[in-house]
Amino acid sequence: MNSQAPVMNQQHAPDVGQPYTRNEQACHDLSIRVRDLNLWYGKSQALKGLNIDLFQKNVTALIGPSGCGKSTFLRCLNRMNDLIPSVHIEGLVEMDGQDVNAGKMDEVALRRRVGMVFQKPNPFPKSIYENIAYAPRMHDLVSRKADQDELVEKALRDAGLWNEVKDKLQEPGTSLSGGQQQRLCIARAIAVQPDVILMDEPTSALDPISTATIEDLMDKLKEQFTIVTVTHNMQQAARVADYTAFFHLGEIIEYNDTKVMFSTPAQKKTEDYISGRYG
Amino acid sequence: MSHSFDEISQQLKRRHRKSARLKWISMGALGLAGLFLVLFFADMLSKGLPAFQQAYINTEVRYTEEASRDGRLAFEEELLPLISRTVVRVIPLQLRNNPEMIGTSEQRWMLATSEVDQYLKGHRNRLSDEEKAEIDERVATGQVDLRFNKTFFGSGDSKIAENAGILSAVVGTIMTMIVTLLISFPIGVMTAIYLEEFAPDNRFTQLIEININNLAAIPSILFGLLGLAIFINFFGVPRSSPLAGGMTLALMTLPVIIIATRTALRSVPDSIRHAAFGVGCSRWQVVRDHVLPLAMPGIMTGSIIGLAQAMGETAPLIIVGMVAFIPDVSASFTQAATVMPAQIFTWSGEPEQAFVEKTAGGILVLLSVLISLNAFAVVLRKKFERRW
Amino acid sequence: MQTNQLLLLFCTVLLLLGLVAFFVGRAKAARVRASGTAMYAQPGQYAWFAVLSTAGPAVLVGAVGSLLLLLLGANIPPMYLLAASLVVAAAGLAVGVAQVKPHFHARQAIERVIRWVLTGAAMISIFTTFGILFSIISEALRFFQMHSFWDFITGTTWNPGASFLAAAGRGDGSSAEFGSVPLFAGTFMITAIALLVAVPIGLLSAIYMSEYAPQRVRTIAKPVLEVLAGIPTVVYGFFAAITVAPIIVNIAGFFGLDASYNNAVAPGIVMGIMIIPFISSLSDDVINSVPDSMRQGSLALGMTKGETIRDVVVPAALPGIISAALLGMSRALGETMIVVMAAGMRPNLTANPLEDMTTVTVRIVASLTGDQEFESAETLSAFALGLVLFVVTLTLNLVSVLMIRRFREKYRVNNL
Ligand SMILES: Nc1ncnc2c1ncn2[C@@H]1O[C@H](COP(=O)(O)OP(=O)(O)O)[C@@H](O)[C@H]1O
Ligand SMILES: [Mg+2]
Repeated sequence: MNSQAPVMNQQHAPDVGQPYTRNEQACHDLSIRVRDLNLWYGKSQALKGLNIDLFQKNVTALIGPSGCGKSTFLRCLNRMNDLIPSVHIEGLVEMDGQDVNAGKMDEVALRRRVGMVFQKPNPFPKSIYENIAYAPRMHDLVSRKADQDELVEKALRDAGLWNEVKDKLQEPGTSLSGGQQQRLCIARAIAVQPDVILMDEPTSALDPISTATIEDLMDKLKEQFTIVTVTHNMQQAARVADYTAFFHLGEIIEYNDTKVMFSTPAQKKTEDYISGRYG
Repeated sequence: MSHSFDEISQQLKRRHRKSARLKWISMGALGLAGLFLVLFFADMLSKGLPAFQQAYINTEVRYTEEASRDGRLAFEEELLPLISRTVVRVIPLQLRNNPEMIGTSEQRWMLATSEVDQYLKGHRNRLSDEEKAEIDERVATGQVDLRFNKTFFGSGDSKIAENAGILSAVVGTIMTMIVTLLISFPIGVMTAIYLEEFAPDNRFTQLIEININNLAAIPSILFGLLGLAIFINFFGVPRSSPLAGGMTLALMTLPVIIIATRTALRSVPDSIRHAAFGVGCSRWQVVRDHVLPLAMPGIMTGSIIGLAQAMGETAPLIIVGMVAFIPDVSASFTQAATVMPAQIFTWSGEPEQAFVEKTAGGILVLLSVLISLNAFAVVLRKKFERRW
Repeated sequence: MQTNQLLLLFCTVLLLLGLVAFFVGRAKAARVRASGTAMYAQPGQYAWFAVLSTAGPAVLVGAVGSLLLLLLGANIPPMYLLAASLVVAAAGLAVGVAQVKPHFHARQAIERVIRWVLTGAAMISIFTTFGILFSIISEALRFFQMHSFWDFITGTTWNPGASFLAAAGRGDGSSAEFGSVPLFAGTFMITAIALLVAVPIGLLSAIYMSEYAPQRVRTIAKPVLEVLAGIPTVVYGFFAAITVAPIIVNIAGFFGLDASYNNAVAPGIVMGIMIIPFISSLSDDVINSVPDSMRQGSLALGMTKGETIRDVVVPAALPGIISAALLGMSRALGETMIVVMAAGMRPNLTANPLEDMTTVTVRIVASLTGDQEFESAETLSAFALGLVLFVVTLTLNLVSVLMIRRFREKYRVNNL
């Protein structure tokens, strides 16, 4: 494994594929550091020696043809891969100076700090209110009913859903439309006040209008959270992401500032992909 | 306001403990269910296995002139209260049929009374102290012993415990099951074929479907009421007969067979039907020549399981009178008969201690038949199981 | 024996006629074909058609005729009936053979008949339901002519005592009382105990099997649980009466309580054990069909596995679980042998499960196994009780089916 000290200053010569700083800012704080990450499903290797630094309060987009390991990588960040028995992981995923795969790391605690939004909206079979209030209550984030109401309202407002549902908080979460359900899931994720929110193609099951709403939402949310999103849609990556990583066959081919990546890709493969030659 | 891992982990400790508790409790629940099963079988075995052995007394039988008039005179006097009345009673008959035996004597193992039997097995009994001493003495010399209980498997019911056997119930069960199968198998399979292969998807078909599912969940005793009111009182089927019982059970087994057959038919892929239609078969020919043969293992499996269910059923048979006292084995479909579960029920109501083990013994026989049937069904399914 | 011989004769003649039809039909068809005419069907099919047209109408006439005889109670000797149907058979034979013509679709005709036969078979299950309904309702109505429905539903004393005297024409039977409340109270008490045993154990077992157990444990545990459902109820009854009831009495005695050997707890517990597999296997199916995205959504919020199961999976599966419990309840209400053998015979309105009490099914059995006249109010009361049992279990089953259907639509799973 590489050096223990996190790479704080990206002006130093980065590892292969590490992004340069954005032009206007000197550096960003590091959120998650990944070094030499390898992952196998049984015998077949799905991730090959990944190195990447994810920065706080930024949107990082993961792009690449399907089956290249984007979701798999995302699930490494909150250890959702633990649920798949055949998975075997080597390498370092570090958050807050701690190896998240270490034996003493509690994966539940990790997931509490690294939330996730899925491709298909999956609200709980509970009321809209309960969908959001449930987790904070279990995490002891709120004790009084008033606090809880306040927190639900704040989460719904942050997710841009408050005005649509404030009169029907007791209706089941599944009664909402697809886009609303997805925003409910986002509200649910931000209500537990995580550091990082992972989004796995959050808009691929939605109509264009809902997609636009959620893209706007990501832009707002990055003031509070680190967002890592997987997308199939190049325009979306260009619109919402500060950084973009291009995955191909389990490897990160290129990782860079989005603007740089889309204007002057360093790799031939990246150029082919973003110009739509395959994918 | 984010929390560090340590803070969160601290709070999580309690929640992890709770979470682990659910795992252990649910595991315990499954274990408990398994424990019930083990206890149940252990209990039945310990109570029922002794029934397969019976006390016999080895003694000299003197075929004297007097014995041909009064069987009791053939035995030593102090043994008489210990020997089963049933064997004493047949001695004169035996001598009348074989007059040349008169004047001879022989050592024979004679069936002892159930009191002796229970004493030997360490159960409650009504023997006097002298009788017990007498038996102890003979046990020591090997003249009284527990031997394989032929009577239990070889004869019908009796009010005399040591003479009671399960044979007439076994025969009755077989007769009843023949009736059940002859009625429910063809009708069940035809219904399933109709529903799966022929029926249009309309109200009427849905009605039949709902109705079949509902029939499967109706309490069995209500089938007994139907059998009593319609088969016996209206159609005049003889009460207590395998015919009445079999017809009643057939209606209960019908839904099981229908549902199993439909599943089996449905698991035959449509490509086979299309191929058969393609070579010009009519719908019926497709079913008869192509679909049914492929579905047969599934149909058989379901029918065997349904039959096993019917074989263990008691309540409706009580209602149609199949709890009759049947000492002699009869193989008629229209005469009174009893079945194994009904025999078990009758015995369980006898006050004598000796009948407790008879009951448990009958249960063991019934359970072994049912387990064999089910195991056979499983093997059948395993053997012919095909994934399309 | 007279009728039996007659029946045998009838069958033989019919069989002979059928054989004649088969061979004559085939021969004729073969002849026509040999003469070079193209035919719509094969000789064998014509032959089978001839058989059908011989036997079908004859059997039908025989069956319908004897049914009419029974219904009308007319006293026509069966001989005439059988003779009549043989005549029909002969006519059918003639028609069937005459139909062996090149332009006749024998195969289609046969298939039409087969279709009708299959439809007829499917009707049997409907007849069964109607048979149950009809037999129960008609006898129950006779009962309600003797005793008021209201007293039956609300009365708290069940004492059929002198009703058989009334049926025999002695005594007026007015001293008999048929208040079913104590019976239903006993039934519900035992059912409640059974559910108290079966629902937690069944549900938790299902949770363990679907959420925690390794595949190997699953493949063993499932069939083992099914064994519990395969044990005949008469065996459970014996177990309850001989083994469990004394244990309950001893335990109660240990706490200084007085328990009857026919207490409600023993049959309740044993019935619960019997129902466990119904609840566990249906719950297992339902829990398995709760989509994984639910679990992942909860885990991704930092919930523990236990919290996820308790607060997300189980609530999502709840309609299915309730439906399983309702099915189990319907089983328990209608269960007969366990209570006949282990519960009491005395109608007893009490809230103490350690006392002896009786149930609806026990009373049904008791009033139909005595030596009473079929016409007596006590015998007929069995049908009134059966009617209530039918209505209650039918309702439970239908509600249960509706709930599972709702669940299925909600998660679009089709394997339930
Ligand atoms: N649960 C799994 N078991 C085995 N292989 C898997 C599993 N999930 C994904 N894979 C494999 O891992 C590779 C990466 O998949 P994934 O991460 O889902 O790709 P992406 O999200 O980029 O489309 C694919 O080849 C896929 O087949
Ligand atoms: Mg993916």
